[in-house]
Amino acid sequence: MSAYAINVEGLGKQYRLGGKVERYRTLRDSISGAFTWPLRMLKGELRQGAETIWALHDVSFQVRQGQVLGVIGRNGAGKSTLLKILSRVTEPTTGFAEIRGRVGSLLEVGTGFHPELTGRENIYLNGAVLGMKRREIAAKFDEIVEFSGVARFIDTAVKHYSSGMYLRLAFSVAAHLEPEILVVDEVLAVGDAEFQRKCLGKMSDVAEAGRTVLFVSHNMSAILRLTEESIVLEKGELVYRAPTRQAVDYYMASGLSQSGERIWQTEEIPAEAAPFKPLSMRLRDTQGRVVETVQSRQPLEIEIEYEIEKPIQGLRVGIYLQTMRGETVLTSFDTDDSAQYEKYATRPAGRYLSRAEIPANFLNEGQYVLGLNASSFRVRRYFQEERALAFTVDAMGAPGMQWPELRQGFVRPLLDWRIEQVEAVKA
Amino acid sequence: MTASKALAQKADAHSVLIKPQRGLVGLDLGELFRFRELIFFLTWRDILVRYKQTLLGGTWAVIQPLLQMFIFNVLFGDIAGLSSGGIPRPLFTYAALLPWNLFSTAIGEAGRSLVTNRNMITKVYFPRVVVPLSSVLSGVVDFAVAFVVLAGMMLYYGVMPTSGILGLPFFLLLSLVTALGVGLWLAALNVHYRDVRHIIPFLTQFWMLATPIAYEANEIFDRLPQGFEWLYALNPMVGVVEGFRHALVGTPIYSTGLLWVSLITSFVLLVSGLIYFRRMERTFADVV
Repeated sequence: MSAYAINVEGLGKQYRLGGKVERYRTLRDSISGAFTWPLRMLKGELRQGAETIWALHDVSFQVRQGQVLGVIGRNGAGKSTLLKILSRVTEPTTGFAEIRGRVGSLLEVGTGFHPELTGRENIYLNGAVLGMKRREIAAKFDEIVEFSGVARFIDTAVKHYSSGMYLRLAFSVAAHLEPEILVVDEVLAVGDAEFQRKCLGKMSDVAEAGRTVLFVSHNMSAILRLTEESIVLEKGELVYRAPTRQAVDYYMASGLSQSGERIWQTEEIPAEAAPFKPLSMRLRDTQGRVVETVQSRQPLEIEIEYEIEKPIQGLRVGIYLQTMRGETVLTSFDTDDSAQYEKYATRPAGRYLSRAEIPANFLNEGQYVLGLNASSFRVRRYFQEERALAFTVDAMGAPGMQWPELRQGFVRPLLDWRIEQVEAVKA
Repeated sequence: MTASKALAQKADAHSVLIKPQRGLVGLDLGELFRFRELIFFLTWRDILVRYKQTLLGGTWAVIQPLLQMFIFNVLFGDIAGLSSGGIPRPLFTYAALLPWNLFSTAIGEAGRSLVTNRNMITKVYFPRVVVPLSSVLSGVVDFAVAFVVLAGMMLYYGVMPTSGILGLPFFLLLSLVTALGVGLWLAALNVHYRDVRHIIPFLTQFWMLATPIAYEANEIFDRLPQGFEWLYALNPMVGVVEGFRHALVGTPIYSTGLLWVSLITSFVLLVSGLIYFRRMERTFADVV
């Protein structure tokens, strides 16, 4: 009997590119394909490497029972494919994985929810889909409802729920599943801060109960907080396994994090954001170019573009500036200045640009993330995205660069040092 | 310590080895049994959802066959003047529509089921057969409701069931087996070829005319050359509908030998459907 909860050996998953892009074939394509097949075979066009892609290639690792393992990687690095194989949704092309225990995953929040059914009905349905027995669900029903905080609407069809309520209910069901192995994927990217806190709390409970957790996230600070060891995936291969702090540094150093301009597609914006509608957020250098790497010694302009569909009272649109690891450097709003606040007491409908300048010689070198927040204080939060835009600060020519050493701290100001010789000592 | 030991034991009970499957895969009945509650819940969902936000609700399960019966009676009885074998025509038609509607709804729902439940299939593991199976089973409730109406009609016309009624559960099962067989084929094909959703209405219509619902099976059997009657019996619904009529209103079965032909076709459909479904199953999540 091995102590491994998960043992993965040489796991690989190959996708046919056509299959992924076209989604599905029509009968006609297949029939005409059958006719041209001999011809294509003669030409040697069949089964060439170019037609396929390894979403996951030769990945091997073990997870001890009770271990919390982080999985880090850029979009498309194979994280989702790995989780899909481990939760048996899709089959590997090569290799195998031994799983000891029931796998539950928080990537399937709300799976099987039917909009026409009530909250109560959906709890049972969703529970069954996630593999809970009816007895189990009945026993935990009250707990689930209480955790979700939607008790008043439990007999209302979920299509009438706000997306927040829907999500809370869905998460509650998933959180009360008691798998021996828990797989968590990006679930923390959704929901408000309170909800995220709840998710993280539930996760540490799970870990403390001696269950095995596989934690996939872009939130490096959460990974750092919750896991001791992590693996890094890159282009479908496992490239690094180390204590989490090292793994995170490795991942950062490889420059794989997301960056550039953030443009919000309509479908990304939750319904409850209305009447606020974020359009885009970008960084400009002194020449007005959109950049992702900025010089520490030059000022930097942050530009937020958004639309307001109906007048909003007391709106503040602002940024969170965090390090890639999730430590907050500063928070700032466009109506921080009281005169500005008076002037925009009610912001009329229209398209807006809020711009702010981060002064020269302010940020230390490193990688940072900008978050966006639009809210009316103590009234409502319209929109929030904590990791909207990543950028790199280059310290070239910054204060103190004559000494090639890593300088601690988030800020790197050129302080107004005055040096005076108080007394001359004879040599 | 003991807690973690208990956890380890529980974990062992759920051990799995995930590896690429090759060749034919058996139908894991044990696993299907472990997922019986999911079958129940999905069936229950389909039933709940079917008549939500409709004005008439479950009454539709009665209105549909009654309207069909009315149309058939006018078309085939009053206008075409076909015989109904000495049975009051409404009973004659309705007894055949019962299994037919169960079958046609089931293949339609099952055929689309994998695509409609796409979000579950791409996110959670469970035996995929559960999905079309629940779609087929959910039709049984409509069947039961429509059946009560038949009982009322039989009282009205003073037709008493004969000992043949004992065969009813068997023929009900046969219609479900046939529906599942066809449903599995359509569902698996639909994942790869969305042409299927355009074929289903046409297939259902054609199949209905090829099934002795508005007419007696004899009409076709007698027209076929001697020794070739089995051609018609290849349609498994011929056996099902004949069986239902025999069980409910006591019409004679044309020939037991031909009933066997229908039976075997049903069985072949189910087995081949299962094999094809299981073979295609491993790519469902990637393609659907």
